[in-house]
Amino acid sequence: MADNQKKHDPAKKAPKIQAVSRMKEIMTNYYIDAKTAREQGKKVAWITSGGPVEPLIAMDVIPVYPENHGAMIGASKMGAQLCEKAEEMGYSRDLCSYARADIADSVEKTGPIGGLPEPDMLVCCNNICGTVLKWYETAARYFNVPLFILDTPFVHREFSDSARKYVLSQIYEYIGFLETHCGTKMDYDRMEEVGRLSVEGTGLWQAVLDTCAHRPAPMTAFDAFFHLALIVTLRGTQTAVDYYRQLHDELNQRIANGVSMVPDEKYRLLWDNLPVWYKTRWLSEKFAAHDAALVADTYTSAWSGMLPDMNGQTFLEAMAETYTKVYINISIDMMFDIVANMIEKYHVDGMVMHSNRSCKPYSLGQYDLRQMIMDRLGVPTLIIEADMVDERAFSESQIDTRIDAFMETLKS
Amino acid sequence: MTPAERFRSVWRDPAGYGRSVKQETGRSILGFFCSYAPVELIYAAGILPLRLFGTRGEISLADTHLQSYCCSLVRGGLEDALKGNLDFLDGAVFPHTCDSIQRLSDIWRLNAGFAHHFDAVLPVKLNTQSARQYMIDVLSGFCRELETAFGKQIRDADINAAICAYNQIRKQLKAVYALRSQKPGLFEPSAVHWIMTAAMVMEPAAFLRDITAFLDQIGSSAGDAPQTGRKRLMLAGGICTHPDVYDLLARAGADVVWDDLCTGARYFEGTIAEDAKDPLAAVADRYLSRSVCPAKHADITARGRHLVDAAREQGVDGVVFLQLKFCDPHAFDYPYLKQFLDSAQIPSLLIEIEDQPPPGEQLLTRLETFVDML
Ligand code: SF4
Ligand code: SF4
Ligand code: SF4
Repeated sequence: MADNQKKHDPAKKAPKIQAVSRMKEIMTNYYIDAKTAREQGKKVAWITSGGPVEPLIAMDVIPVYPENHGAMIGASKMGAQLCEKAEEMGYSRDLCSYARADIADSVEKTGPIGGLPEPDMLVCCNNICGTVLKWYETAARYFNVPLFILDTPFVHREFSDSARKYVLSQIYEYIGFLETHCGTKMDYDRMEEVGRLSVEGTGLWQAVLDTCAHRPAPMTAFDAFFHLALIVTLRGTQTAVDYYRQLHDELNQRIANGVSMVPDEKYRLLWDNLPVWYKTRWLSEKFAAHDAALVADTYTSAWSGMLPDMNGQTFLEAMAETYTKVYINISIDMMFDIVANMIEKYHVDGMVMHSNRSCKPYSLGQYDLRQMIMDRLGVPTLIIEADMVDERAFSESQIDTRIDAFMETLKS
Repeated sequence: MTPAERFRSVWRDPAGYGRSVKQETGRSILGFFCSYAPVELIYAAGILPLRLFGTRGEISLADTHLQSYCCSLVRGGLEDALKGNLDFLDGAVFPHTCDSIQRLSDIWRLNAGFAHHFDAVLPVKLNTQSARQYMIDVLSGFCRELETAFGKQIRDADINAAICAYNQIRKQLKAVYALRSQKPGLFEPSAVHWIMTAAMVMEPAAFLRDITAFLDQIGSSAGDAPQTGRKRLMLAGGICTHPDVYDLLARAGADVVWDDLCTGARYFEGTIAEDAKDPLAAVADRYLSRSVCPAKHADITARGRHLVDAAREQGVDGVVFLQLKFCDPHAFDYPYLKQFLDSAQIPSLLIEIEDQPPPGEQLLTRLETFVDML
């Protein structure tokens, strides 16, 4: 430990965010609901984290997120064990650890919640990666249930008119798919209402993240990783709207009372890529010990980036563009523009990039992005090699040293 | 040079071939990495489409841009571009397939410094009407981009002529495959691999002349070729590029008689309707009906069925999967493909290839054990 790095002082810890307990309660209820869907006569759909969940909510289908499940597995430190199981099943160790862990748990049911509720149907949107396509094909074969793919063409330079037409027609195909497999018609008024709640919830999520533009920040990215769960899983519900309003109020109150998450916040950092789920506590304390706060990240803001530009369109129409242009479905140069904005908005002094061997679309290109950030903005950047769920890919001593060295350069 | 010698020399040094075409004819050349690159359209624009396979040498420059957990095709392709090994190219076209190629396109565009860069963001779904329409739109947009970049109009007649040329090539390659399956002893172990590489690199008209001459010549001696009495193997895994493993397999006592590789049988699968009113739709329809690449989506068990059918049709004794390290789409399909083979009682073996295949002797022992067991 470097000389001028303080020992972690528990007495100096900032007060916890109160809303956390409400969040846990909501998530528990949500999983109980999902696990007992059959008894309630409801259908369960598995859906990707970047997928359009709103039509499912409007059709009263319970959405379940294997990626959220992957994150839970990671946070419970069950990642390596389930990943190894998948490797025994023939899945290469180089595949995404969310997919490996979830595929293994579908069979083993030894994960933190004893396996996800089985799907009646699968909805996969490839706006985050090609991995989900393969993962959902695997699930469709294993559970023998219908699979809908929403194909959102990658945006290298522009979102073309033909891509817009293609995605929009698929949105109507998606609704047709739901109508067939639910045996009911879509209520389009209800759909617009869900859309309105989704926009409202997403806007509130952005407002929550924006509180960190304040110096010192009332929470950090590590908190955002936790509070993210609802905007992913319950987007489009009143529950999410109410919750984020409560959280937003509380964070504003913290600002008013001068409460910051990192007691002596001096350095403000931006995090890139998924969290390292099994090491969030360690990393959070590590940075705090250097008086550094992670005030923003490209990951949790990907969902507020989904705030559609309504422009007089219906929600379904706006959805086509919004879901196609999410953060990791765009080119490196377009990503740079977004990161540059965040660096300015949140007054960022340095960037920490998680080079995540599980997630190729997020991580390949980081070296170029980093070079642009250093050359054009003069912001120093640290790269940490790890994996979000598979703890075998995390070398604590090496990362510890690298963070210390990086913080020394920031301080000098 | 005999045709066979030419195929081998093109395989050994594809860039050397490209450079000589450039020097002799000044012709525009576009590189590509994947069999979803619409070569017919590139050729119709008077441009030579030339497939890239990535360097077989050391990676150094690409390390500044790509992490180590990225397949060797992507890393090796970038290395070649940054080193100047591809200086004869006017640019490259990137059809959308896997996550790694998608990012390579960005990195290439930002760093490789070629005059032209094309992204053909084809649909990932290949089994719906709207995807078909979108694919036609993308192909048509690609034609417009080519026209603007190279100042040449592409007429339907040009596309139809290109379609005919490639259909002929596909037909001849199919004949080569059929002959090898009947009489594996006629061919050197790697000969067909060299032919396939040459087919994706050489000027189409020149290749067609050579392959036709080659078939005439080898076909005339086919009658005398004895049966080898060796085990019959099929290669699968369909990786985008693969090293020469044929000699090792031969030493292990087996003939490769068929494959399910993109640089093999998948390349000539399916012909395109000739003289179609809408040639772009005809090109699209081949892509939609061809057996699906794992980076694309159609029927979710089609690849498994296709593999088992091909293995039975060709009467193979076993299947060897080649898997390129860090290749997600193919690695995801492996367990299910293996399961399909297992249920059909067709033995299989998985070989993982990093940049190079595992050390020769060690691999040879594994292959021998596998072949003995068949
Ligand atoms: S972590 Fe990356 S590769 Fe894995 S599912 Fe998420 S976006 Fe896809
Ligand atoms: S396997 Fe797929 S990605 Fe690879 S070259 Fe073939 S079509 Fe392209
Ligand atoms: S499909 Fe596989 S081998 Fe081909 S470029 Fe992608 S990762 Fe590499």
